[in-house]
Amino acid sequence: MSEGVNLETVLEPERYELRATAPYRFDLDRRDFFKFLGAGVLVVSVLRPAVVAQESGGGRRESLPKEIDAWLHIAENGKVTVYTGKVEVGQNIRTSLSQAVAEELHVPIEKIEMVMGDTQLTPFDMGTFGSRTTPTMNLQLRKVAAAARDVLIGVAAKQWNIDAQRLTASDGRVSDPQTKRSVEYAALIKGEQLTETLPAEDPLIPAANWKVAGQSTPKVDGRDFVTGRHRYPSDQTLPGILYGKVLRPAAFDATLASVDTQNAEKMGATVVHDGNFLGVAAESSTLADAALGAIHAEWKAEPQISNRELFDYLKTNATEGKDPTGDGERYDVGAVDQALASADHRLNQTYTVAYIAHVPLEPRAALAKWDGDQLTVWTGTQRPFGVRGQLAEAFHIPEDHVRVVMPDTGSGYGGKHTGETAIEAARLARAAKRPVKVVWTREEEFSWAYFRPAGVIDVTSGVRNDGTITVWEFHNYNSGSAGIRTYYEIPNQRIVFHAVKSPLRQGSYRALAATANHFARESHMDEIAHAVKMDPLEFRLKNLKNDRLRAVFEAAAKQFGWGKSKSAGQGFGMGGGYEKLGNIATFAEVSIDSKSGEVKVVRVVSAFECGAIVNPDNLRNQIEGSNVQGLGGALFEAIQFDNGKIVNGRLSQYRVPRFSDAPALETVLLDRKDIPSVGAGECPMIGLAPAIANAIFDATGQRLRALPLVPNGLKMS
Amino acid sequence: MATIRLAINGQPNTIDADAQTSLLTVLREHLDLTGSKYGCGEGQCGACTVLIDGKAQRSCITRVGTVTGKQITTIEGLALGEHLHPVQQAFLDEGAMQCAYCTSGMIMSAVALLQKNPTPKENEIIDFMDGNVCRCGTYPRIVRAIQRAARTGSASAAAKGASR
Repeated sequence: MSEGVNLETVLEPERYELRATAPYRFDLDRRDFFKFLGAGVLVVSVLRPAVVAQESGGGRRESLPKEIDAWLHIAENGKVTVYTGKVEVGQNIRTSLSQAVAEELHVPIEKIEMVMGDTQLTPFDMGTFGSRTTPTMNLQLRKVAAAARDVLIGVAAKQWNIDAQRLTASDGRVSDPQTKRSVEYAALIKGEQLTETLPAEDPLIPAANWKVAGQSTPKVDGRDFVTGRHRYPSDQTLPGILYGKVLRPAAFDATLASVDTQNAEKMGATVVHDGNFLGVAAESSTLADAALGAIHAEWKAEPQISNRELFDYLKTNATEGKDPTGDGERYDVGAVDQALASADHRLNQTYTVAYIAHVPLEPRAALAKWDGDQLTVWTGTQRPFGVRGQLAEAFHIPEDHVRVVMPDTGSGYGGKHTGETAIEAARLARAAKRPVKVVWTREEEFSWAYFRPAGVIDVTSGVRNDGTITVWEFHNYNSGSAGIRTYYEIPNQRIVFHAVKSPLRQGSYRALAATANHFARESHMDEIAHAVKMDPLEFRLKNLKNDRLRAVFEAAAKQFGWGKSKSAGQGFGMGGGYEKLGNIATFAEVSIDSKSGEVKVVRVVSAFECGAIVNPDNLRNQIEGSNVQGLGGALFEAIQFDNGKIVNGRLSQYRVPRFSDAPALETVLLDRKDIPSVGAGECPMIGLAPAIANAIFDATGQRLRALPLVPNGLKMS
Repeated sequence: MATIRLAINGQPNTIDADAQTSLLTVLREHLDLTGSKYGCGEGQCGACTVLIDGKAQRSCITRVGTVTGKQITTIEGLALGEHLHPVQQAFLDEGAMQCAYCTSGMIMSAVALLQKNPTPKENEIIDFMDGNVCRCGTYPRIVRAIQRAARTGSASAAAKGASR
């Protein structure tokens, strides 16, 4: 991984799918930009401060810095086009980034077009994950837009021969308040080719004065979605298109022993047998399915474990604390063993989490087309540049022969970081000499994508009689190190992540291991509170100094009505924490049917704080969605597998949350206009599972330490 | 292969396909009507929902040979020109989507519900819509959108009644 990539974000170890090739950077010439864009104003943004310091300061240079991470162009007709390598998968950044630009550039949001995730048109971007868009790209684009506005004011000042300081910009015009003279941006830049490399210290509009940002702007292209007009990756088509299908091995890691493709070829399909790859392309998906069925293949596979042996396997196959990213594998402070020996109470418990599937409603899809040795692929991925690298590697061609285009996609949740479908479509298209589209079936999605890592977490704690936690030992086997550190004030800590060779292919998932680590930590906090007979909220606050985290716990407790009396079968619980720079507290109310053991999550109250809020309604939408999606992993989602096969790999066998599962959701937003905005797609999820587990304990006295908590309801004794 | 005549969004269409082919495949591959989505292929997620003679059906498990001579409505046929159907408008007004891949199917199911029951109670909405999956978890917003569309519908019905 290159140096530039590491600067953007440190990767958590559970992002196993991301150990990809180093990015390639093009030389850029400012004349090339204008050839492509036409005249106007161009502002480029450079992510790395060092590069800015070294190379900024001029509109006259012929070459632009290579480390551009975003750019904005204002055309002679006043149209604003913003280019970013970030992608839209339902988190609504096409809207929130447009708001940021509209705010600083002072143009109506309708004038802005966002070009996103196209490796030919947009600057390199590592990928859309880790809740990084709002803290990094939103800020960069605000700076770019502010710089463009200043360029325009400068042009007007020059034309009018007056001091730029007395000019203002609003609604796509520069005005002189003294003479009441004003001019449209478009008129100012007729015939001009102005470039500006982003000065790092642009004065930005403080969040308290935002007019467009900070508002609940509706989805900018919402109409295309309610009319079915938007074309997702799986909806893409081209003249002469063929439909591709891939024959999957009989088990994970199986190799082809023998194959007979004659019958498939006789049906008129293009058949590709290349190493372990077996696929077909045909005039219709129906014919492709039939041809695939006509291939006779035999596979060899080694015996593999099942989910019944999983947790024993993870505990006994750990490698000693070695995090593949070389970061965060262990944290030690104080004297853990002595502190345990001298604690008034000691508690030791084990928590487990299952593998779960992302189940993006749109499965992986790609349409590939070759023009000679130039490859273009339209595909749904959170890492278009990463997929470009995978394609270049797979076909032994330079990256600049590959263009990856990412149309706004039917969700990802961390599951679409890799380019399998793109490679499959491209391999078939090369053989067929026609464009080929591959859309995975739901069954393929369940078996051949990657999963959220399963894990075992051992927690040992010591506490004084007065409720002060004195010692904390925490071992995570395989699930990952995101959120592994505790935010409670504890003088003696030993926290270790143990990597394991996973029996299933695993990788990123919304909130990563923060869900598992918070489940273990916040469940254990509840267990200690009961051991020392303290109220769980009071116990947390006693051991918590972080003001932002205290604020969300207190706000959620107030909204929830913590401390109120409960009826039979009713239970209340809480969980919360800090992840991806956001702060969440989640309080849950459950209701348990004493006969059937059915657990219903009745009400969930979340208090969330992520700095200055960019779009309140979209933020609520993300928090509500985190709670509804998180309900699945908390209550019933689990991948079952046996001997190299997924056993429950269909939507009729793998339960996801539905309308009837959704609790009443109440969301408290703490708007900290004094703190920079951060992302919200992940953090809100992490408090839910422990809140539910703690509420089930509150209702029944049964302590559940495995996610999912109640795949078959609660056992009632 | 057979020649199949279909009435889709009020327009006659003739296609050559095996009668066993799913209606979803015909809509998407033969007619390039891609608003109806594939989500599971077994009628479990509702992303492919269309109206057949006014009833919500899963087009992924409906064989095209069984719907000749019936009126088929897809998401593309819902708006009148630029004028959105009240359910489409309500989904926009309530921000009832994230990635929106489920939205076509959600809207078609909701239209079918409101045709049958113009003023559904919340639990009736949940019961009727339970076969449609939104993996992004916008269910409470979709319920509110359907309630809003129901209010718009009953308001316009009342206005029509009053003008008579």
